[in-house]
Amino acid sequence: MKQSTPRHFVSEEPFDPYSVEKLSKDQESLYLASQWRLMWWKLKKHRLALISGFILLLFYLVAALAEWFAPYDLHTRTRFIHAPPQAIHLFHEGKFIGPFVYGYNFKLDMNTLKREFSPDKNKIQPIRFFCSGDAYRFWGLVESRFHFVCPSADTLKYDPGIDSLNPTPAYSFISKPQAGELFLLGTDRLGRDLLSRIIYGSRISLTIGLVGIAVSFFLGIVIGGLAGYFGGWVDALVQRLIEVLRSFPEIPLWMALSAVLPVTWSPLLIFLGITIILALLDWTGLARAVRSKLMALREEDYCTAAQLMGAKPGRIIGRHLLPGFMSHLIASASLSIPGMILGETALSFLGLGLRPPITSWGVLLNEAQNINVVALYPWLMLPVVPVIVIILAFNFFGDGLRDAADPYKN
Amino acid sequence: MLRYSTRRLLTMIPTLIAISVIVFVIIQLPPGDYLESHIATMQAQGESIDQKKIEFLREQYGLDQPMWKQYLDWAFGFMQGDLGYSFEYDMPVNDVIGDRMFLTILISVVTIVFTWLIAFPIGIYSATHQYSWGDYGLTFIGFIGLATPNFLLALVMLYFANVYFGTSIGGLMDPRFIDEPMSREKLFSILEHLWIPVIVIGTSGTAAMIRRLRANLLDELGKQYVTTGKAKGLPPGKLLRKYPLRMALNFFVADIGNLLPSIISGAEVTAVVLSLPTTGPLLIASLQSQDMYLAGSFLMFLAILTVLGMLVSDLLLAVLDPRIRLQGSISK
Repeated sequence: MKQSTPRHFVSEEPFDPYSVEKLSKDQESLYLASQWRLMWWKLKKHRLALISGFILLLFYLVAALAEWFAPYDLHTRTRFIHAPPQAIHLFHEGKFIGPFVYGYNFKLDMNTLKREFSPDKNKIQPIRFFCSGDAYRFWGLVESRFHFVCPSADTLKYDPGIDSLNPTPAYSFISKPQAGELFLLGTDRLGRDLLSRIIYGSRISLTIGLVGIAVSFFLGIVIGGLAGYFGGWVDALVQRLIEVLRSFPEIPLWMALSAVLPVTWSPLLIFLGITIILALLDWTGLARAVRSKLMALREEDYCTAAQLMGAKPGRIIGRHLLPGFMSHLIASASLSIPGMILGETALSFLGLGLRPPITSWGVLLNEAQNINVVALYPWLMLPVVPVIVIILAFNFFGDGLRDAADPYKN
Repeated sequence: MLRYSTRRLLTMIPTLIAISVIVFVIIQLPPGDYLESHIATMQAQGESIDQKKIEFLREQYGLDQPMWKQYLDWAFGFMQGDLGYSFEYDMPVNDVIGDRMFLTILISVVTIVFTWLIAFPIGIYSATHQYSWGDYGLTFIGFIGLATPNFLLALVMLYFANVYFGTSIGGLMDPRFIDEPMSREKLFSILEHLWIPVIVIGTSGTAAMIRRLRANLLDELGKQYVTTGKAKGLPPGKLLRKYPLRMALNFFVADIGNLLPSIISGAEVTAVVLSLPTTGPLLIASLQSQDMYLAGSFLMFLAILTVLGMLVSDLLLAVLDPRIRLQGSISK
């Protein structure tokens, strides 16, 4: 019998017992990635959430640099009262001029006493960019006149008869005092530019959500944490409290609380008061989430270990338990920002929230309270557009963030 | 079932007591009371004050008593149907409220029915046709409804209803029917005006409900019994109707508890814009003028309304779901 050689393949290379467990570059980065990095990767795949996040960033940028973006100052009054929005043109009678607007023709309708504005094709007002306009104090600190966009300093007048030798019409600049105007979204009843007011208003409307959520986040974590960690009668008490608060219809309670704020308070105090009122009803959802999570987590071994080593409850909750689901909490908190923004808008609209001179989107919409506005000056309802956009963006972004924060979801 | 119901009813009592305390504290929060500010305005206008009437009111409503006694008086009066005195209107709160509370309830109930009628089919369609164009489109419309402030929608719809259908602006009926006995024309006029607030108030709730129904039904559709049913060869319609839909229905009923506060909130704001003869406009006016008993009664009624709504939803849920009925606790 002939001895057959075993038909096995044997690699010539030196044997490395750990070769199976070796991770590829991708795997390694996945396993070593922090929780936040994993979230970011998942979020990146969520197209809608990403776009929404980008829009949010843009809004907050504009709010932060409101003085630069707004063509006018917040309180600049012009003689154009209830002027309709102007359209941006590039060409005048087939001739390229660059971005410009037509000035207004003003007429008072003697029958209805309505101010009627119509574009005057003879007044060509080129828009200026990176220019000097209304003076302001940047964040109330540095004085400046810089704007990204300003109304034209002088009207470019179309004048066919200026040069009789030249048959082609000519354009000439009439210099001041006829300075141009730029009301891309029209003006309000005091002749103030609506676009500038919306941009300035975004500052209040956008921060109210963030400050409010910070307050309710704090309340939710502390109260929910106490209830979840200690259980027993603390838990029962907190549960009852939450139940009671949730059975109140929100807006009537908000209305009642904001009616309490004294009229004599300064605008800043009113702003803070309203924010806290909005937050007072909002923490319940978060507190419930914290409570139920803590109830489960406090039975874990690592929690017992920490207790045995003598850690105080505050440290156990804050150092060991909360970080485990912090990302999830932040995600669900971001979903309640839109409710607060809408709440502020509704309160201000009813005249119970912020009051002028503080300008928020709700305060702007307060002027659109009358049915006449819908019929005659519909552009005064435009502040609702940023409200809708920001609320949609927060909703989509929050949804994406929550999905990304969920470790069990791919 | 009986045990569960009694227990559920009993837990309502501490909740209502806590609510009444909160309401009382809120209406007491502004410094001073109505009489003081009233005297101040009258003096500023140089008018004489009927000192006797002031004294009478102060005594009658115990404004000079300590806080806890005022609360007890108010709370016991409330239970016996004496809601206190409206200083602004100079008459008992009972007379001021009149049928406003009834109209608020009417609008809320109609809105809930409307919300269900719209949300139910759309939610089912969205869940069964996940990621289709229809799903995306309906979800998007829902989101827009969620994001649009109620009051502005009310204003715009009021205007268009007036322009295109000639509906009179504001109110819940044509002005000529007010104070008239109920007739067929009056009923028709009410219906003609009712749909605007119902749609306006319903939009936000509908959107939220569609989203939740869709998510819940999707969860059920992913479960193994559905696959089993499919493998057995059940027709899709029957499969959906027999199993997952019934599971999702549970939550649908449970959702009244979430829906009702938001509908009442929306109803208050919308009522102001549409000047409906409901509680909304009066509530705001009474809050601004510190007419404490009137404001307190409204807040209390609205809270009771939500608590009752939650009770109904819990009881319905218990009827539907034996797990709750038998264990006697609500799993949320």
